Amino acid sequence: STLTPFAEVEDTLKRIQGINGVIGTIVVNAEGIPIKTTLDNSTTVQYAGLLHQLTMKARSTVRDIDPQNDLTFLRIRSKKHEIMVSTDKEYLLIVIQNPAE
Amino acid sequence: MEIVYVYTKKRSEFGRQCNFSDRPAELHVDILPDTSLAANFTVRDPCNVTVQCAEEMSEHEVNTERFESESRGVNHVEGGWPKDLNPEDMEATIRYRKKVEKDEHYQNTIMQIAGLMEHCCKQNNATDIYQEFFEDEDEEVMEESEEQPSAKTINVFRDPNEVKRTATSLSWHPDGNHKLAVAYSSVEFQRAPNDTSFDSYIWDIENPNKPEMTLKPVSPLVCLEYNPKDSHILVGGSYNGQIAYWDTRKGSQPVEMSTIEHSHRDPVYKVIWLQSKTGTDIFSASTDGQVLWWDIRKMSEPTERLVLDPSKKGNLDSALGAVSLEFETTMPTKFMVGTEQGLVVSCNRKAKTPAEKIVCTYSGHHGPIYALQRNPLFPKNFLTVADWTARIWSEDIKESSIMWTKYHMAHLLDGCWSPVRPSVFFTVKMDGTLDVWDILFKQNDPTLSLKVCDEALYSIRVQDNGRFLGCGSQLGTTTLMEISAGLCTLQKNEKALVSEKVQIQHLFERDIYF
Repeated sequence: STLTPFAEVEDTLKRIQGINGVIGTIVVNAEGIPIKTTLDNSTTVQYAGLLHQLTMKARSTVRDIDPQNDLTFLRIRSKKHEIMVSTDKEYLLIVIQNPAE
Repeated sequence: MEIVYVYTKKRSEFGRQCNFSDRPAELHVDILPDTSLAANFTVRDPCNVTVQCAEEMSEHEVNTERFESESRGVNHVEGGWPKDLNPEDMEATIRYRKKVEKDEHYQNTIMQIAGLMEHCCKQNNATDIYQEFFEDEDEEVMEESEEQPSAKTINVFRDPNEVKRTATSLSWHPDGNHKLAVAYSSVEFQRAPNDTSFDSYIWDIENPNKPEMTLKPVSPLVCLEYNPKDSHILVGGSYNGQIAYWDTRKGSQPVEMSTIEHSHRDPVYKVIWLQSKTGTDIFSASTDGQVLWWDIRKMSEPTERLVLDPSKKGNLDSALGAVSLEFETTMPTKFMVGTEQGLVVSCNRKAKTPAEKIVCTYSGHHGPIYALQRNPLFPKNFLTVADWTARIWSEDIKESSIMWTKYHMAHLLDGCWSPVRPSVFFTVKMDGTLDVWDILFKQNDPTLSLKVCDEALYSIRVQDNGRFLGCGSQLGTTTLMEISAGLCTLQKNEKALVSEKVQIQHLFERDIYF
C-alpha cells in the first residue's frame, strides 16, 4: 500500500476499534507502558498490569508443556464481555469486545 | 481361702505420730501348687499366633488452627517508565510514546498481531460460540434419570464469639439470596454468662470466615426478617420484648427501636412483614400473650394490639403465649398464631371488635408450636411443627390434623414447606438431624434424613429457589446445604396428586368427626 508504516499501524488500530462491539483497544510494551489506548489512563494501566502478568503465566505454561511452542493469543470470556490479548515477545495488543448477541 | 493379717493399737496411742522401723520379712502365707487343678485344663496344640514383619505405623489426625484469610487487591497506578523519565511530565511521556511508534520493530509487530486480533473480533461477531445449542435435549435427560435424593453441605458459618449462642432465626436476602441474616440469642433463661455478645450477623454465603455485617441490638435478637420489598431493611424481635429495625446502609446500630413501655413483656418469638402500600408494616408475637402491629416509621407505640385470650375477653392473664406467626400475602385478611400451649389460633385482621378477631382454634399438639406455615401452593393446608411430630392441617377441620408424622425420639424444633414443591417439607430436630419429607412418596418416614450436627438444630429456612437451605444450631453454627435436583424440581402432575391426596385425607378426617 502507499501508506507509510506509521500510518498503516494507525489505520489498522482504528479499524479494529471500529469493529462491531469493540469497547477498547490498548497497545502495551513489555514494561507495562501503554503506547496507544482508546480508554482512560487508570483503566488502561489496570488492564495493562493485570493482563501482562496473566499473559506471562500463560506463556510459561505453554512453554513448560512444550518448549518448542509459544503463546500467540489469549481469550478470556467473561459474563459481560471478551478480553482478547494478542502477544509478541515485546508488545501486547489488548482488545475488549462485547460480542453482538 | 481368706488371708487375714491383724495388728492392734491401744486406744491411748491413737493420733500419735507414726514411727516406722525395719524388720525382717515375715512369711504370712505359703500357697503351694495344687496339681489336681491341672485336670481342668488341656494343652492347646496347635496355637495360632500372628506375626507381622512390617514397620509399625500409627495414625494421627491434626486439625490446624483456623486460617483467617482476607482478599486484598493492589492498585497499579502507572506503567514502568524509564528511570530518567518523569511520568508526570506530559510532554516527555508523549515524546516517548511517539518514539516507540516510529520504531520499525514496533510497526511490524503490531501489524502482525493486529491481523490475528481482527480475525478473532470478527469471528466473535459472526458466531456466538458459547450459545446453548442443545437446551431441549438436556431437559429430557434430566427427567429420565432417577437420582437418589441427597443433600450436601456447602458451607458452615460459625458464631465468631467465644461464648456460643443459639442461631434462633434465619432470613434469606430477598434479591439473589446471596446473603443470610442470622439472629443469635441464648434461649435458656439466664443461662448465658454475663459477657455474652448480643450481636447478630449477616453472612455472605461465599465467605464463611467473617460475617459481612454485624447488627448490634440492645438485647439479643430472637427473630430477624428481611423486608421482602426493600432488601436494605431488616426487622428484629429481641429477647427483652423490643422490636428494632436496621438499614444496612446506615450501619450496625438499629435505626429505631420500639419504646419499652409499649413493647412485649417477653421475648419476641416471631416478626413478619405485612403487605402494605408503604411496605413498612410488621406484626410481632410473643409469649406475653399479645400480637402487636407496628409501622416501622413510628415505633413509639404499636398501631394495633390483640390479646390471645381464647375466651375472647381480652384478658392478658388468661392469654395464650405465642411462639410462631403465620401470614400469607395471598390471604391478607387472615393470619394464624401458634401458641405455647399447643393450640393454633386462626385470626381475622379485619374484624371490627377484638372478640371477633379470634376466629377459631386448632388443637392436637402437646407442646409449643415452633413452626407454622401454609403450603405455598395449597394455602388451605398448613404445616405445624411441635412436640415430637409435624402435622398437616386442613383449615376446615379444627379437631385434628389430616396428616401427621410418627412420634420421633427427639423434639422437632422447626420446619417449613419447600417453596417450589407442594409435597415436600423440611423439619429439624433436637438431635441435630434434618429431615426432608415428601408426602406423595412416603408418609411414615422422611424421604431423606441427615445428621447435620451433634447439637440441636433450632431453625431452618429454605431459599426461594427451593434448592438451598440454611439450618441453625444450638451452638450458633449455621449450615448451608444444597439438596438434590429431584427434591426441588416440580414433578409432572405433582400439583394434581397433592391436591388429590390432601382431599382424600381431608374427607377421611372429616368423616370421623361428622
